[in-house]
Amino acid sequence: MNIVVCIKQVPGTTQVKINPETGTLIRDGVEAVVNPFDEYAIEEALRIKERVGNAVVKVITMGPPQAEEALKSAIALGADEAYLISDRAFAGSDTWATSYTVARGIQSLGTVDLIICGKQAIDGDTAQVGPGVAEMLGLPFVAWVRKVEEISDTSIRVERMMEDGYEVVSMPLPGLITVVKEINVPRMASLKGKMRAKKAVITKLTAESLAADPAKIGQKGSPTQVFRSFVPERKGGGEKISGDVPELVSKIKSTILDLNVIR
Amino acid sequence: MGIHVELEKCIGCSLCVRACGVNAIEIVNKKAVIDLEKCTLCAACVEACKKYQAITITKESSGGTKNIADYKNVAIFVEQHNGIVAGVSYEMLGEGRKLADQLKEKLVAVLLGHDMQKQADELVKFGADRVVYYNSEKLANFQDDSYAQIVSEFVDTEKPAIILAGASAIGRSFIPKVAARVWGGLTADCTKLEIDVEKHLLLGTRPAFGGNLMATIICPHHRPQIATVRHKVMKAATRDEHRTGEVVVHNVETEKLTIRTTIVDIVKEVESTVNITEADIIVSGGRGMGKPENMSIVKDLAEVLGAAVGASRAVVDAGWIPYSHQVGQTGKTVCPKLYVACGISGSVQHMAGMQSSDYIIAINKDPNADIFQIANLGIVGDVMEVVPALTKAFKESLGK
Repeated sequence: MNIVVCIKQVPGTTQVKINPETGTLIRDGVEAVVNPFDEYAIEEALRIKERVGNAVVKVITMGPPQAEEALKSAIALGADEAYLISDRAFAGSDTWATSYTVARGIQSLGTVDLIICGKQAIDGDTAQVGPGVAEMLGLPFVAWVRKVEEISDTSIRVERMMEDGYEVVSMPLPGLITVVKEINVPRMASLKGKMRAKKAVITKLTAESLAADPAKIGQKGSPTQVFRSFVPERKGGGEKISGDVPELVSKIKSTILDLNVIR
Repeated sequence: MGIHVELEKCIGCSLCVRACGVNAIEIVNKKAVIDLEKCTLCAACVEACKKYQAITITKESSGGTKNIADYKNVAIFVEQHNGIVAGVSYEMLGEGRKLADQLKEKLVAVLLGHDMQKQADELVKFGADRVVYYNSEKLANFQDDSYAQIVSEFVDTEKPAIILAGASAIGRSFIPKVAARVWGGLTADCTKLEIDVEKHLLLGTRPAFGGNLMATIICPHHRPQIATVRHKVMKAATRDEHRTGEVVVHNVETEKLTIRTTIVDIVKEVESTVNITEADIIVSGGRGMGKPENMSIVKDLAEVLGAAVGASRAVVDAGWIPYSHQVGQTGKTVCPKLYVACGISGSVQHMAGMQSSDYIIAINKDPNADIFQIANLGIVGDVMEVVPALTKAFKESLGK
C-alpha cells in the first residue's frame, strides 16, 4: 500500500507577536515547524503502515527550499520517502494553484492508495487544499476524520467529525482524507530516526519535472489575490475589577442582563 | 510577476526582514535585498513597509474565466440537516440579500435535499428572489461527491457572480471541491463581506494566523467569487410573509448522481444539549477550575444561562471534558454574543478561537492573565467562589 502524506512548513505561532509601532506580525526568530495538523496525518500514516504491514509512507510538501526541514522531520518520525515541490514558478500560489500543483506532484509518485492531509494549516487556516487536491485527482474524499476504523487494500472506513457528533463513512481506495487532532497522539522522533533523517535523500520536483501547465501555477493560476492585510483591533483591555464576591457577582449579573442575551 | 525594492525609498530599517516568514530578506549596505529563491510573494514585507512603500509586488494574472460579464447574481448554498434549514443559512440569506441589493442583482438560493418543497418556498419569504431546489432521495444527506457535482452544475447553468456558504463542517468540506472544479476563487471562513460596486468585486475579509492577521481577498478575473462565511457573524434574515419570488425544482435522477462514499452511521454526541458553534452564550472552563469535578461549576452556570459549555485545550487534554467542547485553534472557532471564560489564562491558541465573540467576560484570580487583554469585563477573583455565587444569583432572579 502506498500512502502519501501532504505536509506544510509553517511558523510556530505560539510566539507570534505584534509590533505595536507598525502593527505587523513579528516573525523573526520564530522557528519553522511542521504544521501541527500534519503531524497527526504523518502519525496516522505510520499507524496504518504498522497495521497493514506492507506499506510505504511518502511525504510531500510544496514550499521554499528550506521546507526540506519539514520533510526531514517526517523522515525522522518514520516516513520512508520525501518529496519537495519547489520552484520560483510556484510563488504566489493561492489554494487553487496549490491544490493543482500538489496534485501534479502526487501524480508523479506513481500508484497511490491513500492520501492523508491535516485538516488545515495553522498559518492560512483555509482547509481548502486537502479537498482541492482530491478534486484535482478525481478521488473520493472525507474531511475531518477523527478515527480510521478499518482499512484494506480497496477501502477505508472512518469517523468524520461534524459539529454535533460524527458520521461513520466508508470510501473506496484510492482516496483522500483530512484528519483532526482527535485522531491520535503523534510519536516523538527516535534517535535512530533522526540519524536516518540526516542522511535522507529528498527528491526535488519542479514545474518542469511535473510538466505543470504554466497557466495553472503560481500567481497566474491563482484566482484569488490578497487585496490588503492588517492586524485586527484588539477588543477589550476593557474594565478590570476586583473586590469581594457579592460585589463582583452583582457587577457580572447586571452586565449580562444589560446585554439582553438570555432567552 | 515579481517583487521589487525601490532603493531610493528603502532606508534599511529592517522591518521587512522581521516581517518575512521565510527569512528571504537581508539588509546589505543599508538596503533590503530579497532572495528570490526563498521569497513566496506573501506580501508580508509590503505590509511592513507601508510607511516607506519601498517594496512592490507586481501581479500577473491568467486570462481567467471567459465571458466574465455573463456571471450575475448572488447565490447562497442552503445547508440542511434532516430537512431542517441550518441557522447559518439564514445568515447567508441576510448577508446575500444585502450584497445583491448593492449590486442591484438577484439573490438566488440553492437547496439540495429530498421532499423539501415547503422549505424551498419558505426561502423566498426569507429574501431569495429565486430558489433553485434540487430534489432527490440521494441528496437528503450531505455527501461530498453529490453536493460538489450538483453545485458545480448549478454554477455552469446559473452562472452566479458570487456564491456564499456557511463555513461549517459541510461547507468547508465540499465548497473547495466546487471551486477546484469550476476554477473559481474561494476565500475561507470570512468574517466580513463588502462589495466594490464599480468593479463588481466581492471583498472577503478573513482571519489568518489564528486571528492575529486579517486579510482581505479578492478574485478579479475568475468567476464565481466564492466565500465560506463564519457562523454567527452575519445578521440572519427575517421572514416577510409578503415577499415573492420564483422556485425552480429540479428532480434529479438518482442514476445521474455518482456517490463513492457511503454513510454507515450518523451519531450525535455533544454532551450538553447546546452545540458550541450555534450558541449565543458560551461558558468555558480552563485549568483554573482546579480539578475535573469542578467543571460542574461551569456547567451549572451554563445551564442557568441557557448557554453551551466550552473548554480550553488544557482541560480537554486532561480528559475533563470531551474534545467537542474545545474552543481554540485546534478546537472550534466560536463567536457567540457572550463568552464567559472561567479560569482560563488565555493562550494565543485559545484566544484565536473566541476573540471575535461580541462580549467577553473573564474571571481569573491572576490579575496579569492574558485573557484580560481581550476581555470587555475582567473579574479578578476566585472562580470557585464567584461562579457558584453567580449561578445562585441568576437562579434566584430568573426563578429557575
